[in-house]
Amino acid sequence: MVSLSQYLILAAALFAIGVVGVFLNRKNLVVLLMAIELILLAVNLNFVAFSHFLWGMSGQVFVFFILTVAAAESAIGLAILIVLFRNRRTINVDDFDTLKG
Amino acid sequence: MLHIRPVVPEIIVFAMACVILLADLFWKRRFKGLMYGLTQATLIAASVTAYGLRDPRARVVLHGMVVQDRLSTILQIAIFALTAIVLAYSRTYIVERGVFRSEFFVLALTGVVGMCVMVSAAHFLSLYLGLELLSLSLYALIALQRDSIPATEAAMKYFVLGALSSGLLLYGLSMLYGATGSLEITRVATALAALPRHDLVATLGLVFVLSGLAFKLGVVPFHMWVPDVYEGAPTAVTLYVGAAPKIAAFALFLRLLVEGLHGLSGAWQEMLVLLAFLSMAVGNIVAIAQTNLKRMLAYSAIAHMGFVLLGLLSARVSGYADALFYALVYAFMTLGAFGIIILLSRKGFEAERLEDLRGLYQRSPWYAWMMLLFMFSMAGVPPTIGFYAKFAVIEAAVSAGFYGLAVAAVLFSVIGAFYYLRIVKLMFFDAPVDAGPLRQGRDLRWLLSLNGIAMLLTTPWAGTLIAICRSAVRGLP
Amino acid sequence: MTSALALYTAIPLVCLAGSLIAGFFGRILGTVWTHRIVILGIAIAFALSAVYALPRTMAGHDLDATVYLWGRAGGLPLTVGFLIDPLTALMMVVVTFVSLMVHIYTIGYMRGDPGYQRFFSYIALFTFAMLMLVMANNFLQLFFGWEGVGLVSYLLIGFWYTRESAIFASLKAFLVNRLGDFGFILGIAAIYTVFHSLDYATVFAHVDAARHARLAIIGGTSWHMLTVICILLFIGAMGKSAQMPLHVWLPDSMEGPTPISALIHAATMVTAGIFMVARMSPLFEQSPVARSVVLVVGASTAFFMALLGMVQTDIKRVIAYSTLSQLGYMTVALGASAYAAAIFHLVTHAFFKALLFLAAGSVIIALHHEQDLRKMGGLRRYMPITFAATWVGSLALAGIPPFAGFFSKDAIIDAVSYSTLPGAEYAFAAVLAGVFVTAFYTFRMLFLAFYGEPRMDAHTRHNLHESPWVVTLPLVLLAIPSVLAGMVLIRPLLFGHFFRGALYVRAADNPLTRMASHYHGVLAFIGTAFVSAPLYLALAGIATAWYLYIYRPELPARITHHLHGFYTVLRAGYGFDAVYLDGIAASARAAGRFLWRVGDVQLIDGAIVNGTARLVGRIAAWGRRLQSGYIYHYAFAIILGLFVLMTFFLHRG
Repeated sequence: MVSLSQYLILAAALFAIGVVGVFLNRKNLVVLLMAIELILLAVNLNFVAFSHFLWGMSGQVFVFFILTVAAAESAIGLAILIVLFRNRRTINVDDFDTLKG
Repeated sequence: MLHIRPVVPEIIVFAMACVILLADLFWKRRFKGLMYGLTQATLIAASVTAYGLRDPRARVVLHGMVVQDRLSTILQIAIFALTAIVLAYSRTYIVERGVFRSEFFVLALTGVVGMCVMVSAAHFLSLYLGLELLSLSLYALIALQRDSIPATEAAMKYFVLGALSSGLLLYGLSMLYGATGSLEITRVATALAALPRHDLVATLGLVFVLSGLAFKLGVVPFHMWVPDVYEGAPTAVTLYVGAAPKIAAFALFLRLLVEGLHGLSGAWQEMLVLLAFLSMAVGNIVAIAQTNLKRMLAYSAIAHMGFVLLGLLSARVSGYADALFYALVYAFMTLGAFGIIILLSRKGFEAERLEDLRGLYQRSPWYAWMMLLFMFSMAGVPPTIGFYAKFAVIEAAVSAGFYGLAVAAVLFSVIGAFYYLRIVKLMFFDAPVDAGPLRQGRDLRWLLSLNGIAMLLTTPWAGTLIAICRSAVRGLP
Repeated sequence: MTSALALYTAIPLVCLAGSLIAGFFGRILGTVWTHRIVILGIAIAFALSAVYALPRTMAGHDLDATVYLWGRAGGLPLTVGFLIDPLTALMMVVVTFVSLMVHIYTIGYMRGDPGYQRFFSYIALFTFAMLMLVMANNFLQLFFGWEGVGLVSYLLIGFWYTRESAIFASLKAFLVNRLGDFGFILGIAAIYTVFHSLDYATVFAHVDAARHARLAIIGGTSWHMLTVICILLFIGAMGKSAQMPLHVWLPDSMEGPTPISALIHAATMVTAGIFMVARMSPLFEQSPVARSVVLVVGASTAFFMALLGMVQTDIKRVIAYSTLSQLGYMTVALGASAYAAAIFHLVTHAFFKALLFLAAGSVIIALHHEQDLRKMGGLRRYMPITFAATWVGSLALAGIPPFAGFFSKDAIIDAVSYSTLPGAEYAFAAVLAGVFVTAFYTFRMLFLAFYGEPRMDAHTRHNLHESPWVVTLPLVLLAIPSVLAGMVLIRPLLFGHFFRGALYVRAADNPLTRMASHYHGVLAFIGTAFVSAPLYLALAGIATAWYLYIYRPELPARITHHLHGFYTVLRAGYGFDAVYLDGIAASARAAGRFLWRVGDVQLIDGAIVNGTARLVGRIAAWGRRLQSGYIYHYAFAIILGLFVLMTFFLHRG
């Protein structure tokens, strides 16, 4: 039997990987979007685990909404990515520093 | 019971967003100003409805998702009004930049729906959905000028960081759910009261939630997106981002921290002290080194949010009222300042450098005086309303015993006064560099003048305005 | 808000509305609609004051209510509130009546001036501020009104801002008034320290408890707190009501347009100090020392300023010095605890002095802005209405029965004779001698202007004619109360129960109750005048003036020649201006220059200000570099913030 704390530790690990992915990745914007997905999945795992082990259904319902929103978010993220690529011909994270100071 | 009365304003706005999207398919060519008119009519209708449906008692409807109380009504009306003014200010601007398209108005309206849901959220789910609806609209709005390199870069940065902060917020919410077993804010509050004082899960949840919220408000160290987005986005969008969403983010603080996590107030008070101090310091000091007006106003926004926190961290009802008042006053000040930038811009020319303000007095004395009023109000110079607001939040911090922070606040506002007054100096005492005519619509000119005069003429009624804010937050713990 | 409170609130607000409309939309409205709207507002205010406020308070319905809570500073509520009692109601009627007359008169006087609308905006604003001052129920609002009238006065003295002398005069008025205001605000602060409140009602209710509070002064001595408060407040009154030695601004203020001289610098604003001391009578009654100071200052002003009136050649300056002297009379009455007599004289003086000023203004218009008495003469043939009005005003000012000034001035002289304070004998002698001098300079002015041979140039004389009706109508309307006000008001104001509790006098030294025992009606009061000194002194003054300026017009020049030293001292105004300008102001400027060169430029600017600015600039530049533009740095900042908050917590928890 897998315990609640094990789920939580897994979720925390996923979350950490996602966060590290956001600020350690200096090359590819697409990887960055994937890292964000990972963070949201970690959250989902948290919700489902709490919901299953401790309390009723509401946490699991929340997960559905998060998944939906995440899909919309990815769509917008990719759209921005595409216009950005059309403007700059690159998706290298290091190149996007015209705004600073 | 399923009451939809309290959410009728949101429904109106959302329905009209869909109508405008559809109407665009059929009548795009025939009626150019139709979408703009429809949007403004929607906002006016929604605010009238919100006012008509006001109810002094708090009512939770839609299965505990949404609450209607004085706070939500006042903030919703403020959001409608601010957005309407934003659209009026930016009409000519977006026409000239080729973004006078229905998407602009649809996204503005969906953002408004998101904000309305945020300010009346009674449940983690509605709170999250409202927040995301707003954020997604903002990402798209910023990137709307597709061929602009700064705009798309700003959109990308805002998107990545915004998604990260949403992740932090959600992670915190999941912790709180685990600690209390509920997603409803009032139930979370009661469950928290039963927990031991330093429950680890709840405290961790608070830290994550606070980080997410602080990002939305744009306080240090979660502020990095603010200058880039303000500078990169088209000024019309900056105007939109800078006004109403700040109010909505502030409302999230009230709903989540004050209403939901009041049991942990000792903890979040101390965190807010840190954030407020850093915001006032970084905002005011780094603003001095800016040469771009929009960027300077971005840092000024960061500093002002620090002042808002000053009222909030007193953890008293009177302090919340002062903070709310400050946030509302700030929203109108910032509208005016960006309104002047729009006024000075024209097709193919963005008046966003400090140099562009040089000698404004010689080009147009009236608007130079208006900008002076906005700058004085932001700097907190009496007798503008900004002075009263600053005075109120600093007094809130003092009465809650945060003397050191209050002294720091005064000190930083003095430092801040430097860059506001520098603009006044540029306008009044330097020779103009840009000599182009000021050609903007009559609606912009009248509203902007009204906005400027309001900075001065609302001061005698500040007592009444504060009393309204106080009545709005009366129900909070 | 009750309907009474709403109506009272409306009185100042209509004036403010008129001012704002004239100020912001004057250009759009044009001159005619501007003055119509403003005058309508003032007329409404006057009607409400006269028909509503006065009868209501006389029927015993006082009101003390807070209208609006503006904010709080610490524990101190900042409120707007009204105290409407008979004293306030009377002041409201006087202020709005004189103001209304002046508004109507202005139509004629300012015709064709480029600042026509601006002028209306200012005088309506003045009326608003003055009403706020008299209607206040707390010291803060009193101070607001006090500063408000001061500000408008400054703006109006410098109304013709292209004239060098007008700018100088407005600056002088401003600075001298600041000096008084400094004392005034210290007095208010002292009141707050003692009473922990700024509401009149609270303060007056606790006067008895504060009687023994003392304030230690350097050197081990200590003063009664109430004496300190009263003297500080009186310093404020000295500035505003132009008492010696803070009187120097008033004669110069005649640089402003004549309606202003009438409204602000004769009839209303300068009486604010008198009103304030009367309003504070519960405080002043507790401090004989303060009242003694008031008595001596007032008496000195009354006599010495009257002397200066004798040698002026500018028609407006004659009236200005007369105003100073009459304010001195009112102050003397305050010192003698005859507050009602002071207010009585304030009211009659407002009427006849406004009348005299407006008559002088009428002369000035006729002579194309010539103000020199030496270039007038013989005007009675050309300007009959103005001439008659000046006669009425002069008789009232000189104190000839049955004109208004006679009653109030006689009452004051009577009251002083009962005073037992130190300095009372001096005061009595001064006010008595003042009667002669007053009558003399008043009729000197009258005779010089209206009698004798015309001395203006031929062109001007050829065009002489009476002023238009908008100018003469206020003259007639002001002449009526200048004749009647004394007779009608003496009974209720002095010996009746008009003021009830509004003016507090300790029973033991109330001069008015003693006078009341001798009072047997208006005719008897006039009758007693015929067997007492003041009337004969006044008649002697008139006779002297007649002898010197009509019968033997060559004499004054010879007298001047023989009394050359005395004449020079008077022409120089006892040298107050010289001391202030060349002594104090010059040395202050020298000290300022020194401090600027050494202290400011080198020490403060060089080391502290620029040093700090450089430091902040360096920090700012460093802070800018942190904002690198890379997403991953931004994300890192977020995570760093998260960790800081987390450790901060877990460590603490």
